[in-house]
Amino acid sequence: MQRIGVFICWCGSNIAATVDVEKVAEVIKSEPGVVYSANYQYMCSENGQQLIKQAIKEHNLTGIVVGACSPRMHEATFRKAAEAAGLNPYMVEIANIREHCSWIHKDMDEATEKAIILVRTAIAKVKLNAPLMAGESPVVKRALVIGGGIAGIQAALDIADAGFEVDIVEKNATIGGRMAQIDKTFPTLDCSACILTPKMVDCAQNEKIDILSYSEVEDVKGFVGNFNVTIRRKARYVDETKCTGCKLCMEKCPSKKGLNTFNMNLNTRPAIHIPFAQAIPNVAVIDAEQCIKFKTGKCGICQKVCGAGAIDYEQKDTFIERQYGAIVVATGFKPIDLNNFNEYGYSENKDVITSLELERLMNAAGPTSGVLLRPSDGEHPKVVTFIQCVGSRDTSGCGKPYCSKICCMYTAKHAMLIREKYPDTEVHVFYIDVRTPGKNYDEFYRRAVEQYGVDYIKGMVGKVYNENGKLMVQGSNLIDNEQITIESDLVVLAAAIEPEPSVRKVATLLTASIDTNNFLTESHAKLRPVESPTAGVYLAGVCQGPKDIPETVSQASAAAAKVIGLLVKDKLKTNPCVATPNESMCNGCSQCANVCAYGAITYVDKEFPLPGRKIEVRRVASVNPAVCQGCGACTVTCPSGAMDLKGFSSKQLMSEVEAICKK
Amino acid sequence: MQEVTTEKKEFTPNIVAFCCNWCSYAGADLAGSSRLNYPANVKIIRVPCSCRVNPMFILKAFQQGADGVILCGCHPGDCHYVTGNYYTRRRMALLYSFLNYMGIEKERTRLEWVSAAEGARFSAVMNDFVKQVTELGENKRLTDLRVKEGE
Amino acid sequence: MKDVALKMVERAKELLANGEVARVIGWKKGEFYFDPQPASFETVEELDSFVYNGFCGANLSKYLIKMSKKEGKTAIFLKPCDSYSFNQLVKEYRIKRENIYVIAIECQGKLDIQKIKAKGIDAVTEVEEDGENIKVSSLYGEYTVAKDEVLLGKCSVCNKTHQVKDEEIGDSERPVRDGDRFAEVAALEAMTEDERFAFWREQLSKCIRCNACRNVCPACSCLKCVFDNPASGIAAKANDDQFEEQLFHIIRAFHVAGRCTDCGECSRVCPQNIPLHLLNRKFIKDIDGFYGEYQAGEESEGKTPLTSYTEGDTEPNDVFNGEAK
Repeated sequence: MQRIGVFICWCGSNIAATVDVEKVAEVIKSEPGVVYSANYQYMCSENGQQLIKQAIKEHNLTGIVVGACSPRMHEATFRKAAEAAGLNPYMVEIANIREHCSWIHKDMDEATEKAIILVRTAIAKVKLNAPLMAGESPVVKRALVIGGGIAGIQAALDIADAGFEVDIVEKNATIGGRMAQIDKTFPTLDCSACILTPKMVDCAQNEKIDILSYSEVEDVKGFVGNFNVTIRRKARYVDETKCTGCKLCMEKCPSKKGLNTFNMNLNTRPAIHIPFAQAIPNVAVIDAEQCIKFKTGKCGICQKVCGAGAIDYEQKDTFIERQYGAIVVATGFKPIDLNNFNEYGYSENKDVITSLELERLMNAAGPTSGVLLRPSDGEHPKVVTFIQCVGSRDTSGCGKPYCSKICCMYTAKHAMLIREKYPDTEVHVFYIDVRTPGKNYDEFYRRAVEQYGVDYIKGMVGKVYNENGKLMVQGSNLIDNEQITIESDLVVLAAAIEPEPSVRKVATLLTASIDTNNFLTESHAKLRPVESPTAGVYLAGVCQGPKDIPETVSQASAAAAKVIGLLVKDKLKTNPCVATPNESMCNGCSQCANVCAYGAITYVDKEFPLPGRKIEVRRVASVNPAVCQGCGACTVTCPSGAMDLKGFSSKQLMSEVEAICKK
Repeated sequence: MQEVTTEKKEFTPNIVAFCCNWCSYAGADLAGSSRLNYPANVKIIRVPCSCRVNPMFILKAFQQGADGVILCGCHPGDCHYVTGNYYTRRRMALLYSFLNYMGIEKERTRLEWVSAAEGARFSAVMNDFVKQVTELGENKRLTDLRVKEGE
Repeated sequence: MKDVALKMVERAKELLANGEVARVIGWKKGEFYFDPQPASFETVEELDSFVYNGFCGANLSKYLIKMSKKEGKTAIFLKPCDSYSFNQLVKEYRIKRENIYVIAIECQGKLDIQKIKAKGIDAVTEVEEDGENIKVSSLYGEYTVAKDEVLLGKCSVCNKTHQVKDEEIGDSERPVRDGDRFAEVAALEAMTEDERFAFWREQLSKCIRCNACRNVCPACSCLKCVFDNPASGIAAKANDDQFEEQLFHIIRAFHVAGRCTDCGECSRVCPQNIPLHLLNRKFIKDIDGFYGEYQAGEESEGKTPLTSYTEGDTEPNDVFNGEAK
């Protein structure tokens, strides 16, 4: 027999001024199943909770309804109180008679009548509640970081610093990412390599960190606390444990015409190579498509010259499987393809370059040893024109609708550096708006204009064309309201950035959601910005949205903090309000799994007894309670009604409907 | 004639509103804390996600005498459960269209996306919906789709 | 047609005799010429009662759920329209493709005995195909009838083709019937709400809740029907059966939405002649209109329209009278 207790809160005058709380408590007394009904000024107060606890004990209540403020406010409070009195916390229902009643309505009779219905509805539900227990699942104390750029490096260092093991999976031959390609960093102009490479070395030396370079995530199974990840270690044809990084092979390699991707294809490199001087791991890799040995079977010079015997042409991709408690996605970005932007003549003119290419041209370790020379003829450019928002804030469909965020600042940086190094060079910048929110950012931009005399032109560029060896940049000057053409030697395009395309595969494997621009979606834009909606998966860096280095590092540390917070737990409490299939009715039709955003539903072949001692094997749904988030999408899709949601069961919701509609 | 008008004015519809916990229920809370009035005949049922709402709940509400049913969820793309409301949108598009095909006035069903920040919108939507259903009058069709025995 | 029937029996005998299959699902003679019954044949002798004629409208696919679980392979004769149900059942893991041998058979459209009777022809003893006409023999004489006038409703707008087969018997070519299968739905949509309500109220009030529609429907094949599941909150209870009573057909139609292949069996078996297919076809028409054309059962894997979405899907407030804004 159910013994329901009802507690009506006045909330001072917040409820009591519009709802006749005594009348509600009185009327409810005669509801079937209700054995106790009380009202009190502040149910959430110490005394109010005491009243509830006492009533539970004295009247052996099997369930309680609290008519008070929104459950979003104090459901947790009252559940705790119930638990303290020995009642299962999920035998508590809240009737929201404040936000949804007393605060909305003015007429006391009307509000009182509604409050009674709301309390009755909660009673109808609580009668069908079942005691629920939060489940537990163990936590593997190891983290995976996907992507070895500055975001991944920072996250890994922070996690390792807290004492947990962490693996970095990087698809390239070295960690470092985009930041390694950058020359100087705004707004302080310190050298990128000088601040990045020590962190790379820290990673390599940290015994808690395992760098899996030239590797990719192949498969992910499991769930928060318990991911099982298969990692493909791509064949680099060089034994990582033997290579000393002496670079002799690079010197002797006869095939030297491979495009140097690290230098944005501005120069060439040998088939066997180490991407850049400070690479971590400092181990060579063979580009099999370029290598003569792989193409013709002849050559093998590198193997002959390698004193360490590290070269292994027979190496194959290998797969390793590891368990992780948490995963950080830090897959980074790439500049967009400029194929859609013929008007800027990028593909026709060698001297129309992207900003990232300029970074390499200005870098001491770059193809020109840091001297700014035009790619076409190796001359010093005398007039450099920058074009901003190439493909950013573009709603035409050619580019990206969003602001790439970093371009205003790096363009100011480039302009300033060129004027600093080559004061005789004219620098123009076409811009739509200059956006400089950030500490010391606007000061930085103003310095470019005021101190370095960079010519900022508000307006967009219509086209760039070649005339007698000069690049003619035709655009509008909106301030002077005129069309202008600037004769330039070098044109630099601030190409929009987009998420690294491999993020799509990663997102699918992790069942992490992705937006229309391929950025990973955070759990809450404001309040859970580093969590993915998939529990145990965290986001760092540009994979979540455009951001600069300081922001990326902050987010990486934040993600690391979340990971640490997860890994310090031995066990995770799971939300007990999860989907649960009734196997005796399940058709095994897979419709529920088709709508599950979390991959929480799998199917098993299970034996069921039939009359006459026979056994029938049927395919039935199985819900992993540690993964299920309790949305209920599956319950509606299930044609037989075999799938139900604990805490919000079909019967409970139907009884609520009935209670409201009863006349 | 006079009598009929008075009768119509006195009719107060019974409205069931299903609200998802993360956006619309919170939006309703905000309407409350902002003291934004809407009629007392709207009663809210809290569900984790709009995708938890089985068409059967809506049919049940009508059959039990609700005059209008409104379902509120997070805006598309903002679902707490990532994709839940996309399924809701398809299910309800088909259900609402189907009910109308059976002769149920289309004004009695509605789906609105209300975020946790849209307290004012929640109140406005409810006011509008109540007004719309009040104009239609009482709903009897789904309790009488098949002529009851003895009639 | 006789030719095809003979070939089918021969092939069935062969398959059973050489042990390739353990049973064959087809039709056997009923009490009359015009009421053949779905049946499973396990021996060559049993095949003596095998028939295939113009009245074999029944969709056999659903029988596979039970029969194909038995020991050995099951052979089945599938008309084009039945093959969609077959695929849908494979898609929902209700049957295993590898346990079944599919023989695709010729179908020139099946006949509706009610329509023949309505022409004053009783006690039909045989029907012969004759191009656009059929020759009906009865105890009282012989008649020639335009075939189009006596086709089953589902056949007069059929443009289905075999979706699955291990072998084929007969000619798969047949006249294209270009009837608009959504015409009746569109006519209802064009009515006012009051008229529609009156229409459905009249139709559904005829229902005697015999469950024939649910029992014949290949999509309605749940292990346990939601109407018999107390936890669903909709199962009929003695003291409150109004909900189920009133809304059975709406709930049933929604449950098969996106999965219904439009095989038309519900209307064919309804003893009260309720046009139940118009419920399912409304969903099919809306799905096609809102989300792009979709034919359930064309594929044996993948998602259905109700288990998929696009970000720009039409809004429920904008979908009335068969149109989406």
